[in-house]
Amino acid sequence: MNQTLPRWIDVGLLPLWNLLVALLVTGLVVLAIGQSPQQAFALLLQGALGSARGIGYTLYYATTFIFTGLAVAVAYQAGLFNIGGEGQATFGGLGVTLLALGLGSVLPAPLLLPLLVLAAAIFGMVWALVPAYLQAWRGSHIVITTIMFNFLASSLNVYLLVNWLRPGGNMSVESAVFADSARMPSLHSLAAICGWELPSSPANLSLLLALLICAFVYWFLWKSGAGYALRVVGSAPRAAHFAGINPRLQVLVAMGLSGALAGLAAINEVSGVQGKLTLDFVAGAGFTGIAVSLMGRSHPVGIILASLLFGMLYQGGVEVSFEMPGFSREMVVTAQGLIVLFAGAMASVSKPAFVWLYARTRTQEASGG
Amino acid sequence: MDEIALGSIIASTLRVSTPLLLCAMAGLVSERSGVVDLGLEGKMLFAAFAAAAAASVSQSTGLGLIAAISVACLLSVLHGFACVTHRGDQVVSGVAINMVAAGLTVVLGIAWFKQGGQTPPIDATVRLTGLIPAWSEPAQAIADLGPWVGQWVAAIVGHGLLSHNLLVYLAFALVLLVWFFLEFTRPGLRLRAVGENPAMVEAAGVSVARLRYGALLVNGLLCGLAGSYLTLAQNASFSPNMSAGRGFIALAALIFGKWKPLPTLLACLLFGFLDALAIRLQGAVIPGVGEVPVQLIQALPYLLTVVLLAGFIGQAQAPKALGQPYLKER
Repeated sequence: MNQTLPRWIDVGLLPLWNLLVALLVTGLVVLAIGQSPQQAFALLLQGALGSARGIGYTLYYATTFIFTGLAVAVAYQAGLFNIGGEGQATFGGLGVTLLALGLGSVLPAPLLLPLLVLAAAIFGMVWALVPAYLQAWRGSHIVITTIMFNFLASSLNVYLLVNWLRPGGNMSVESAVFADSARMPSLHSLAAICGWELPSSPANLSLLLALLICAFVYWFLWKSGAGYALRVVGSAPRAAHFAGINPRLQVLVAMGLSGALAGLAAINEVSGVQGKLTLDFVAGAGFTGIAVSLMGRSHPVGIILASLLFGMLYQGGVEVSFEMPGFSREMVVTAQGLIVLFAGAMASVSKPAFVWLYARTRTQEASGG
Repeated sequence: MDEIALGSIIASTLRVSTPLLLCAMAGLVSERSGVVDLGLEGKMLFAAFAAAAAASVSQSTGLGLIAAISVACLLSVLHGFACVTHRGDQVVSGVAINMVAAGLTVVLGIAWFKQGGQTPPIDATVRLTGLIPAWSEPAQAIADLGPWVGQWVAAIVGHGLLSHNLLVYLAFALVLLVWFFLEFTRPGLRLRAVGENPAMVEAAGVSVARLRYGALLVNGLLCGLAGSYLTLAQNASFSPNMSAGRGFIALAALIFGKWKPLPTLLACLLFGFLDALAIRLQGAVIPGVGEVPVQLIQALPYLLTVVLLAGFIGQAQAPKALGQPYLKER
């Protein structure tokens, strides 16, 4: 089939259309449970963007999604599906916690925070490198192994929290609270130093880190030789082979970087917001990363935009569930699933229609002019 | 270990294995036809919700089962529409189904029943009860059977094997049926062929898409039964995310069983046994070892699957065309 579309339709219009379809179906679900989609949508926008506090929460959610979204994207550029962001982020959290509890009382924040970032990245990387090694050298499928590794990380987290990290006499299953030097400073506290008054929100310095990492990933994938090799393996494995690129090594590079990115999500959640390790702090963000990467077309710029979108959905969804009785915040998970369905699995369903429309307008222009 | 402990661990192994078994068979049929199914978890969850919602509202077991199977089949057809008809990514579609199921069951549950996502409890008369309900108490089974066959046999057979509901036995029968279907029938042979070499099947004049949709419908039926088991037999109502990863354990069992029905049955029994053991050993202290790390036992299915997939204990060979969309040649 010869389907040629200009870039702005293929990369811009088509994903937007798929997003619209997914949101329309979500609207139908809202209608089906007897609520008003218009009211829900207005409340969602109001909750996510209507106040400085709402924007702060939106940015906090977006920060985590940038990390998990980039993680999926980097693996995808190498032709791999990393479904294990959840486990890699959990492992990143373990790394942050061990270091924060061990050195929190010794090191000052300017020394400790970079170490925490490093620990999150390295722990996430290690948890992704094992499936990568098994895929590259032992032939096990990365999708299955990373799923299994999600469960393994979660079991390990429960075990460590229950048996080792929980302070004695504590009923709730969580670690001791970190020292102040292990906490990522929040944006409102930083603003206060500069003399600006911002309402308190969980948005923290990790947001800046996320944006820097976006720039790094862009540079790595499109400007560096190593990133080029990675993308060649992803888009043309045979060509890569003939060009002397070792595909096994690229699996390690891609998954290592991917896992490190997912691990960094823990910086935002554990060091930035919670200040302690909790049972399920990732809370599905690894899977949201899949949706983010699909919407953002595995490109850092797209991922920032998609993360903001999902940040708005999550923050707005919470507000809507407060305002509208009978409306649960799981509507956001539903919307997320529908977005993955329409913008991911069924992304090419509407493509023929666009090809037809485009060809039609072209011929009309030609005959008209 | 006494006879009561042995009988009850057999009984709980069978109870825990049943939904795994139904789900694993569902995945097996779909994956042998070449369609990856990561949506087992979501389909089972949604089916469990449908069964609980329909059964508690209509007070009818049959309607509960029908609702569960219809919902699961609908999701399977959606998977087929995305992946078979439009050749979308099968992994992505499965992930989407899981998300939609996890979200929508709670959304609908809260909107319809207003109990924080739970369904109202299902009446005991509507639920599936054991064939011989009294024997679900080991003591009763021993009292009834003991004088005839002895304490041990009474506990193992009476309580362990015969105290279950119809779905448990159906699940085991279905394994044999799936095995017979795949090994000895013409459609079964074609289904296996389409998972290995779809072009050849197409050349023989059989529609690849139709076969794969057929496999997905069987998959929906089995997922529907698995979901029904969760709410009509094992629990008395639906609660959010109650499938709790069973769909993925079933997937692991399917891989551990090397995509073959009888080994998959054994894998399900093994994983079910580990689960039953973990529940039993909760807080137990073994002399010299200390408290048993229950999390380790619960993580064993995943660990074993990873080790097997890596080829350290035999080699798991997936169907050759698994996960590849088929483009009909023109």
